[in-house]
Amino acid sequence: MRRETHKAYEYLRHDKRFPNMWCAGCGIGIVMGSLIRAVAHLELDKDEVAVISGIGCTGRMPVYLDFNTMHTTHGRALAFATGLKMARPGMTVIVVMGDGDALAIGGNHFIHTARRNIDLTAIIVNNLTYGMTGGQVSPTTPTGKLATTAPYGNVDQSFPIAELAKAAGASLVARSTVYHVTELDKLLVKAIQKKGFSVVEAVSYCHTGYGRLNRLGRPVDMMRALKEDAVTVKAADEMSADELKGRIVRGLLHEADLPEYTELYAQVIAQAQALVEEGQS
Amino acid sequence: MSPRLLQGNAACALGALAAGCRFFGGYPITPSTEIAEVMARELPKVGGTFIQMEDEIASIAAVLGASVGGIKAMTATSGPGFSLMQENIGYAAMAEIPCVIVNVQRAGPSTGLPTSPSQGDVMQARWGSHGDHPIIALSPSTVRETFDLTVCAFNFSEKYRTPVILLMDEVVGHMRERTELPVTEMIEVVDRIQPNVPPAWYFPYEETSADVPPFASFGEGYRFHITGLFHDRAGFPTLRLDEIQPWLERVFNKITRHVDDITQFQEEWVDDAATVVVAYGATARSAREAVKIARQGGRKVGLVKLLTLWPFPSQIFRRLARQGKRFVMAEMNLGQLSLELERVVGRNRVRGVHRADGQMITPGQILEAIRRRQARVEL
Repeated sequence: MRRETHKAYEYLRHDKRFPNMWCAGCGIGIVMGSLIRAVAHLELDKDEVAVISGIGCTGRMPVYLDFNTMHTTHGRALAFATGLKMARPGMTVIVVMGDGDALAIGGNHFIHTARRNIDLTAIIVNNLTYGMTGGQVSPTTPTGKLATTAPYGNVDQSFPIAELAKAAGASLVARSTVYHVTELDKLLVKAIQKKGFSVVEAVSYCHTGYGRLNRLGRPVDMMRALKEDAVTVKAADEMSADELKGRIVRGLLHEADLPEYTELYAQVIAQAQALVEEGQS
Repeated sequence: MSPRLLQGNAACALGALAAGCRFFGGYPITPSTEIAEVMARELPKVGGTFIQMEDEIASIAAVLGASVGGIKAMTATSGPGFSLMQENIGYAAMAEIPCVIVNVQRAGPSTGLPTSPSQGDVMQARWGSHGDHPIIALSPSTVRETFDLTVCAFNFSEKYRTPVILLMDEVVGHMRERTELPVTEMIEVVDRIQPNVPPAWYFPYEETSADVPPFASFGEGYRFHITGLFHDRAGFPTLRLDEIQPWLERVFNKITRHVDDITQFQEEWVDDAATVVVAYGATARSAREAVKIARQGGRKVGLVKLLTLWPFPSQIFRRLARQGKRFVMAEMNLGQLSLELERVVGRNRVRGVHRADGQMITPGQILEAIRRRQARVEL
């Protein structure tokens, strides 16, 4: 995607809102780069792309992007995006959320958006914590890890995003990390192209809120940990549940051809209008 | 159109369709559900979209998303759902996204009396969302008014780029009346102003002479940013006081400078009245009956029926108070809008008639208050 990297400049609001507000070494910018490369690769018209976010570190991503962008309320990005997609079914609508945004406060919207299988692409930057508020426990914080609101260690189980999305009816589910950028680029291309609800989880350890508290080293060490913790879907198939503990399975995890919501609703419209023409209502 | 027997909630749905509403996102709740049911049936016929969301928070969010896409959109709910919607109503006020929120009020707090009327959400309509924000709220008392005010709610929301709340109540929502709706050609429909400048010159939050900047739809080539943070004229987050303060002034100005346009009320027998009964919604029906009976008994009593609750139409009452008139305000709550009236005309000029037990205020209760009011004056 070298060609696309050169084009990144065209997709940024470079004269408006830089430098960005993320901590040095943060992976959210890498995900943003991936999103740009995927859109550039697909040669989508910028006017026909919308990026919607909720609240949190990842919620700040849209402001830097030269698309139709909307920074909504905490947890509700998918519901806003659903309304926009119904109003403009032709538009490519990408939703960027953090783990707390998508799975805690927005958990209900997440499963119902998957259930409807509406043609949105959800990118969940999973940093295992609430970064913007300073490192509180999130639905994906691993059990036993420290957080400012779990000072004795997290006793909650963490949410398996991919399994949740698949079970709720999403068309495509994938996962990668901000270390495996080329893979992330390719997965995003696939996710945007896929009709229906697609979910891409991008694991990006927060070194400020999560890493320091848990003594996981400097950003470079944590990036190395991503490299070492991740295993491909293929390799994971050969591994036992015990071996997979604490590992990140990366790659395309689920893909299915399922009826898409805006297309189904277009049929509802056709049906209702046919009845009107027949004079039955 | 020929008269027909029509339900208040159905009239609301028909009014929305007549106003050009083409998106409804909602969640079932008594006593508003019929609005969603009519919209689910009628919207696809005109190429619109009905979607039942997973809760009221998602409903209002989807409505705002659709509105940003350029479609007139609304949701309908009742007290508990209205409470859930508050955060995103504030978002709509902050981001200046047109939308209509219908609240068919039932007795509260909490689950309250789901099938009984109230007017207990008047203050919530004004201040339910956190932070200072402008709002418009309208309240109908008949089925025909429900139709007209729903159209009006859309027109105001489009004209002023603001959320508009239609405060109905269970009585008006479920009541059926012989109703004659206006012919389509006679209905005034307002659409939001679109920018007519090239994208590079477009500022979605620009100060304009009319206080309301044009609102481009997503997908029309303008590629701008919308946020619930305080923002500059381009829509980008700001911490600058010289951008925050003018924004606050402008969004309040767009309502306060147009109060005369937004304020709707009806006066009857007010000229010679010593006492003016003030009411709105279903209570205005009892109030009118009480005033008629009082006048038959020779009492000089008038009626002001409010259709616009927010912004509170202070100017009417200042005028009437200057003429020495005194007021009886009847509402199905323990005193909400009467506080506003007291603020405008003074506490000792207002006698309230209140109940919040899910029962309508009767003409008899209002008559009693008129008698006491006048007895006190005569003393």
